[in-house]
Amino acid sequence: MAGFDSASLRGDFPILDRVVRNGNRLVYLDNGATSQKPRSVVDAEREFYFHHNAAVHRGAHLLAEEATDAFEGARTKVASHVNAKSEEIIFTKSATEALNMVAYGFLNATLDKSGVGSPFHIDKSKNIVVSELEHHANLLPWQQLAARTGAQLRWFPVDPEGRLDLTNIESIIDAQTAVVALTHQSNVTGAITDVPLISNRARQVGAIFVLDACQSVPHMKVDVQALNIDFLAYSGHKALGPTGVGVLWGRYELLEQMPPMLTGGSMIESATITSATFASPPKRFEAGVPNMAQAVGLGAAIDYLNNVGMGAIAEHESELTSRALAGLGAISGLTIIGPTNNHARGGVLSFTVEGIHPHDLGQVLDDKGIAVRTGHHCAWPLMQALKVNATTRASFYLYNTEDEVDQLVAAVIDAKRFFKV
Amino acid sequence: MSLESLYQEIILDHYKNPHHKELHAPYAIEVHHNNPSCGDEVTLRLSLNGDSIGQVSWSGVGCSISQASTSIMSDLVTGKTMSEALELERIFLELMQSKGNFSGDVEVLEDAVALSGVAKYPARVKCALLGWMAFRDAALRAGSS
Repeated sequence: MAGFDSASLRGDFPILDRVVRNGNRLVYLDNGATSQKPRSVVDAEREFYFHHNAAVHRGAHLLAEEATDAFEGARTKVASHVNAKSEEIIFTKSATEALNMVAYGFLNATLDKSGVGSPFHIDKSKNIVVSELEHHANLLPWQQLAARTGAQLRWFPVDPEGRLDLTNIESIIDAQTAVVALTHQSNVTGAITDVPLISNRARQVGAIFVLDACQSVPHMKVDVQALNIDFLAYSGHKALGPTGVGVLWGRYELLEQMPPMLTGGSMIESATITSATFASPPKRFEAGVPNMAQAVGLGAAIDYLNNVGMGAIAEHESELTSRALAGLGAISGLTIIGPTNNHARGGVLSFTVEGIHPHDLGQVLDDKGIAVRTGHHCAWPLMQALKVNATTRASFYLYNTEDEVDQLVAAVIDAKRFFKV
Repeated sequence: MSLESLYQEIILDHYKNPHHKELHAPYAIEVHHNNPSCGDEVTLRLSLNGDSIGQVSWSGVGCSISQASTSIMSDLVTGKTMSEALELERIFLELMQSKGNFSGDVEVLEDAVALSGVAKYPARVKCALLGWMAFRDAALRAGSS
């Protein structure tokens, strides 16, 4: 067993007591889409709004000071959680915005007359490397950047298990590679990318490495120094935090050279009617009044995760995954779309059942109170590569139990009976 | 609302043995519709016989609701005049948007009344409408060409 009892911490999550369809208690297995929230996170937001609410970094009054302290305190927590410096953490509205911020940093440096020589300047002699298993959020910004600048878009293919095929890494990432943008853990197959292997190659050729950590930071210990990367993005709401807050981490020396995507209030050093100079990071990238209460809520979420322990969470999810792989794997006609062994994979399980479309399977599971995701999971190129139209996905978190995994397995068997397949 | 009333036998029959699910030529209009939220898709061909729907044929991938609904629709509109067929589409759309408050007239909608349970599941309404919207699109294009 992991170092905590998932059943005992369920009381911190009021929604898990919900009775849903047909009097069934909710079995929430859609954590890859968003996580549920512990009381402490909602309380932190309420505390902020009821007692300290003011626009941060401005205002000559007590509340402004308290709000700033709370907001910057959250930044410190977010930073130490991934072993980074506070000034390297940028609060965004989402991981999608964070990833776009880097892609637009490239675009703006490329458009900027003084951008030549910047590590963010690209042109048609350069290439951009992604992979077939990216979520659209880490594909479209790069695909569009390539289309707008003439840079070549390259990608790692996936193998039949839904892992990156790194066979041709030396030719895919070459001297002309400007940026490598990959996911840490697939939101469809659960496969965990061997980041140091690829980031070392990126380092060799002088390319910037961007990691989509949406499915990893909430579930395991992530250390940006050990991974040897340049940027990392994740969303707060998948990590027990509120919606409306995402995180971009970047190496300070790169942030200092990256043009902002959004300009406006609170991101300047000075401004005239025709020109402006920008503030130092992270402020340069936080134009406008930020999502303060949400950032504070994310700080509380990180406290919660650290109290349980990232190692213990990963171990717990791994146990659930082993149980699900064994239980689901024993069902005839069921195919796991992703690694079938529990090596270098997270607690995200996609599968198909012969003769039952994922939507229909999801409907039967919902009838039993089990919430899963069905469809293409915002990863159409991966679905095309794996030659599946849609899958059913169960994704686990710290509050899920072995009993819930067993309920999932039993419900899939029932669905086969219902549809007579 | 039970699963059995959502997935009536008639729906599962159409799903397992869909009607008109083989693209025919010649045809007057071909349309392709998809559901970006789930990846379901349908390609539909329409040929006219004067002012009437001559033949509807289709191919596609999707859940039992989308496949059965498209199968039932293609049975229902074949041989109807253009205005009768579009009126059926309107009535079916109304049924799907009813939130389950009425069950549909079996004299008019025939097998399609079996889909009335779908209206209680907002997330599935788009499944039931995929083929019908493709037909409407094809019919309107045929009417204007």
